[in-house]
Amino acid sequence: MSKQRKAIALISGGLDSMLAAKTIMEQGVHVEGINFFTGFCVEGHTHAIREKDKAKPKRNNSLWVAEQLGMKLHIVDVIEEYKNVLINPKHGYGAHMNPCLDCKIFMVNKAKQWIVENDFDFIITGEVIGQRPMSQRKATMPIVAKESGADDLLLRPLCAKNLPATLPEREGWVDREKLHDITGRSRKPQIAMAEQFGIDDYSQPAGGCCFLTDKSYSAKLVDLWKSQGHKEYQLDDVMLLKVGRHIRPQPNFKLIVAREEGEGRFLQGYKNEFISMISLSHRGPLVLIDGTPSAEDLYLAAQITARFGQGREAEQVDIDVTMLDGSERTLQVKPIREEDMPKAWYV
Amino acid sequence: MTIETLNARRLLCPLPVIRTQDKVKQLKAGDRLEVICTDPGVMQDIPAWCRINGHKVIEATSGNHEYTILLEVGSS
Repeated sequence: MSKQRKAIALISGGLDSMLAAKTIMEQGVHVEGINFFTGFCVEGHTHAIREKDKAKPKRNNSLWVAEQLGMKLHIVDVIEEYKNVLINPKHGYGAHMNPCLDCKIFMVNKAKQWIVENDFDFIITGEVIGQRPMSQRKATMPIVAKESGADDLLLRPLCAKNLPATLPEREGWVDREKLHDITGRSRKPQIAMAEQFGIDDYSQPAGGCCFLTDKSYSAKLVDLWKSQGHKEYQLDDVMLLKVGRHIRPQPNFKLIVAREEGEGRFLQGYKNEFISMISLSHRGPLVLIDGTPSAEDLYLAAQITARFGQGREAEQVDIDVTMLDGSERTLQVKPIREEDMPKAWYV
Repeated sequence: MTIETLNARRLLCPLPVIRTQDKVKQLKAGDRLEVICTDPGVMQDIPAWCRINGHKVIEATSGNHEYTILLEVGSS
């Protein structure tokens, strides 16, 4: 009796990785999913934080895909290891701060380690030649296989017929004839395949759920690095980039202004790690001050804080300032006028 | 049977699931784990993770901006 072969499928939560896993499951291979959390797949965080979105939280698409396919899913925290990928990408960044090729190499390498530790036979990805401008090109396919160390244990079922046969194909663990030859950016072949498999509900994220492909988020990350003079970061730093308005009037400090009640509650959890401000005389948002503001800077920050509360038109607003040592004081300020806040301050 | 508590407050998806997954690895079949979170997404994500991995959700409750899931570790 032949050995039951086992594959691990990189599951992003999108349609392609779902179809790739399903294609191999259909051939009788035991498939489990793996999903890596880098700290930047934060698609659902707005829904989790904002009050108005809480009633309709976003599903975790990788869990949903695994459940639809009836396979186990291993979600792996790679936040620490991923820092080096983002800070020093050998192959550079994409349109924004997305190091897609290095990221793919990193994840396939982690999957390779996983199959060795768990006695699995090969790795599946949903890659398609020509699908993505940076990481899924004909030229990058061998780079991912080689630099990840997966070599010919890496099978791309959706475009395998356009690539040299891998070990699972040569050994007959899978039938190459039942694999696919999809190329390019068209989604039609995948949509047709989904219909054949009876899959009618799937996520279609552009560039996946990674916020490093987002222009606005990337700008905030670059601003963070520039202001601190280095690229190191903690998970809390990158989480906070997704929350509130970020306003930087001076290079040495910025304000994070809660936009609504849910964000205020979330920022409250960080109150002890930042100087914070809130209006005492009028309703207004909680504001965190990141950086090293001078006394003069704090006065300006208080004026800005006043601008975002209900006292924005008042002659004077009382702003409570809580310093890092817990000491409190009240600044009486006139709210800054909208026309005195240059657009360049908004990160 | 052991009953353990996992504080996953302030963590956002998928970290509550990852912490649950890591904690469950240390438990035995029949043990119970109470996970306390502030991300409402756990009300669908942790039950989905349990279904996929053969664990059972005993109770899921919410109140005061917190979400608590009591699960029983399965044998798979």
